[in-house]
Amino acid sequence: MPGLIDLILAGQRVENHFPWSRAVVTPKKWGFAVEQLAEGHWSLLGLWGEPGAVHMALLDESAGDIGVASLECPSGRYPSVGRLHPPALRLERAAADLFGLLPQGAPDTRQWLDHGHWGVSYPLSTRVRTSAATAFPYSFLPAEGESLHQIPVGPVHAGIIEPGHFRFTASGETVVRLEQRLGYAHKGIEGLMAGSDIDRAAKLAGRTSGDSTVAYSLAFARAVEAALGVQVPPRAVWLRALMAELERLANHLGDIGAICNDAAFALMHAHCGVLRERVLRASDAAFGHRLMRDCIVPGGVASFLSDEGTTALRSLIAEIRQRFPALVELYDNTASLQDRTVATGRLKVELARQYRAGGYVGRASGRDFDARRNLAYPPYGELAFDVPLLQEGDVNARVWIRIHEVEQSLSLIEQVLRQLPDGPIRVDFAQTNRSHEGMALVEGFRGDILAWLRIGKGGLVERCHLRDPSWFQWPLLEAAIEGNIVADFPLCNKSFNCSYSGHDL
Amino acid sequence: MRKLLFESLIRPPLTERPPLASSTAVDELARALDGAAHKRLGRSLSIRAVDAGSCNGCELEMHALNNAFYDIERFGIRFVASPRHADVLLVTGPVTKNMREALKLTYDATPNPKWVVALGDCAGNGGCFAGSYAVVRGVSEALPVDLHIPGCPPPPIEILKGLLALLEGVNSKTGAARR
Repeated sequence: MPGLIDLILAGQRVENHFPWSRAVVTPKKWGFAVEQLAEGHWSLLGLWGEPGAVHMALLDESAGDIGVASLECPSGRYPSVGRLHPPALRLERAAADLFGLLPQGAPDTRQWLDHGHWGVSYPLSTRVRTSAATAFPYSFLPAEGESLHQIPVGPVHAGIIEPGHFRFTASGETVVRLEQRLGYAHKGIEGLMAGSDIDRAAKLAGRTSGDSTVAYSLAFARAVEAALGVQVPPRAVWLRALMAELERLANHLGDIGAICNDAAFALMHAHCGVLRERVLRASDAAFGHRLMRDCIVPGGVASFLSDEGTTALRSLIAEIRQRFPALVELYDNTASLQDRTVATGRLKVELARQYRAGGYVGRASGRDFDARRNLAYPPYGELAFDVPLLQEGDVNARVWIRIHEVEQSLSLIEQVLRQLPDGPIRVDFAQTNRSHEGMALVEGFRGDILAWLRIGKGGLVERCHLRDPSWFQWPLLEAAIEGNIVADFPLCNKSFNCSYSGHDL
Repeated sequence: MRKLLFESLIRPPLTERPPLASSTAVDELARALDGAAHKRLGRSLSIRAVDAGSCNGCELEMHALNNAFYDIERFGIRFVASPRHADVLLVTGPVTKNMREALKLTYDATPNPKWVVALGDCAGNGGCFAGSYAVVRGVSEALPVDLHIPGCPPPPIEILKGLLALLEGVNSKTGAARR
């Protein structure tokens, strides 16, 4: 069987695309790649458009290869990937809304991000059309059977949550079908990035999903540095990992509590909330911002980490190490809580593999992938950590993966603090007039984030695409909730905790 | 669990001292509330949060208001699940065009008297998203805004200061002006 690398070699290689290769392929080779995806040999890392072309990032897990296949489609039509490989469907619908690129043979051609309110169609294409700003009718998929009823929820939810619409079809208490409608948080980030200088684009990248601001800034910075061949100083590399682990820690601690809260167990929520707040305060002391927003910049990091910051982080680790085990024991030994989380919202191993679910969603359903280990981007190659893995795929398994990841992140933070090298934290990089393309895959708390960009004339960003892990997790939530009761939806939803803003861009 | 609960009884509370209401917010409100008597709320304020396309950063800090450090309910401020129960809409995000209608419907569903607080830089004027085909420039383009709390995202203590100013302001217009 030919590998991914052969596909790239057979195509027309694009110069200045780093660190992995990109090739313009023929429609036939494109079709071959789709087959490889459908048969499960390769996995889809992302699919995005630009005027006159569609790109597909691919991962050959057995060989450890990554590559981008591009298909030129001046007519605006290309053979659908989603036709044979459903994980691509929503990405294709998004590319159709933004660029007017039409996937031929796609089973679902409903609009996705465009709800008819923008006043323009195909805003990122070369043939932008103004249109009347009126909402499109949207037909949800049917569910047939006796005594079914529908429950519409959102986009404004009861809690402090991001906007999205959920359409439940239920038979009594049992969910027969859930369909999501997203796009409410679409801000046009990719449109704003096009033509921006790198600093402004970096700020936008850091505001794609607020809970993953470090991970997004890191993904964007690494893509820029790959494109321009920038060497980041060692201290910055290590400080980046420190921030990434703090962000992971804060999110996991907050969410473990919030999941228990959705099972009406407020005690865990209160205690986990205290630990999360401690992480945010220590991050503020160390880097000057509670969420560490704009602290990672292309070329390095923006804050040095003083001795006081280091002390704050050390006492943070000591406190969590002291308090967290009692909370884990509480979770494990509270029967009423376990009754809600065990066997609830089960995601099958096969589906997790097909959609290459990232993060705790994938790792709780047997998908053994973590970009920090599998790609070992620096400094993770020099750090010791385990990637927890479970097969059960229920809410309980996702909680346990997060518990183990909290433990791993604590250890990683200690290792980084021990080995943190001295030296400069940022380098300037030269402007260029040639076209450079870069790509990065970074493990955020939720899963792997893909950043791809092309830097063109005057060092401006010509096109940047950011793919949130949620693209491949949202559809799985629809599958996981099937057969559960409506009242367990908040619990299941929180255990996935997909991003709305990161997905909607 | 008993051990944990017992420890919570004997450990000193984590709760921060109440901050003073933000003076800029008080000034802003004194202007916004001019000419009306607002002795209507007693000492409570019910908030309905509406995310009109934020990055979720402001929501994280809103959640933090409920933790043991800020414990917002001790001030009589609480988050409610429906606009029908709310006095205040706390709106985040630049207001995406896809959310504008839902935001207006939420406002219409909120009984009078009601106030709108725009939270975060992008809720003020669109922030770094201003100029996009998909957003309007902040909450004031969609609704009348009574108070803006800036920040990206504003830390919980700043949100608290702004809300306390609102509480003082709506209860006594003169009280707000005197500070």
